[in-house]
Amino acid sequence: MSPVHIAVLVMVGLGAVLLVGAATLTVARMARGPSSLDRVVAADVLVAVVIATLAAEAIINDHSTTLPVMLVLSLLGFAGAVSIARFVAERDLAIRWRHADRPDPDSSGRRQQ
Amino acid sequence: MSAGDVLDLVGAFLVLLGCFLCFAAALGLLRFPDVISRMHAATKPQTLGLILLAAGVELSLRTWSSFGTLVLIAALQLATAPVSAHLVGRTVYRTDQVRHDLLARDDLAVDLEAAGFHLGPAPDDETEPPEDDARLS
Repeated sequence: MSPVHIAVLVMVGLGAVLLVGAATLTVARMARGPSSLDRVVAADVLVAVVIATLAAEAIINDHSTTLPVMLVLSLLGFAGAVSIARFVAERDLAIRWRHADRPDPDSSGRRQQ
Repeated sequence: MSAGDVLDLVGAFLVLLGCFLCFAAALGLLRFPDVISRMHAATKPQTLGLILLAAGVELSLRTWSSFGTLVLIAALQLATAPVSAHLVGRTVYRTDQVRHDLLARDDLAVDLEAAGFHLGPAPDDETEPPEDDARLS
């Protein structure tokens, strides 16, 4: 093993240790919440951490097999964040900015009873 | 030391830098007080970190096929990260999860007030307005 090879392994290994710390902190934020949007942002970061891990693994083992996996993961993270932000969060939480001229949909339903 | 060795070292250093950005983002994600500032921290590994990682992998692999895939990864991340961040931020503002005391300026609130919108009751606020009770009885 040449000294250059050892230096590369040390640097990428140090990066892998940082990635383990990053994944741990991100999972802690996902567990704590408090809202589902916090978890969406944390999941986005976790996908980025997984992509970085695959990149480090590709350098250590000197192959390009995992590059398509990185490509698919970067698309999946986007799709997950958009779908959760669009549908789940707006359905679960009451929207607090209301127009003064329009009746509140919730209270108008109660008035008809 | 040959040119390939230098490229290997530079690539490994770029990957280390990208990993450090991931760690900084995770630290910010855990320490920052509300969703908007956590989003600010989360953008770092998604844009700059992914570009650094792609450059590092390409410098150490040095093939044209990996170059195409890595450029695609970086370009897709650059195109999609602002869209998802915008959607999350929009939902955050609409559901009023913004810490208004932490904002230096809130131009959107001024514009919404001018357009006739106002901040409604909190989701857990179950008290009825008094004119409703008078009409029902």
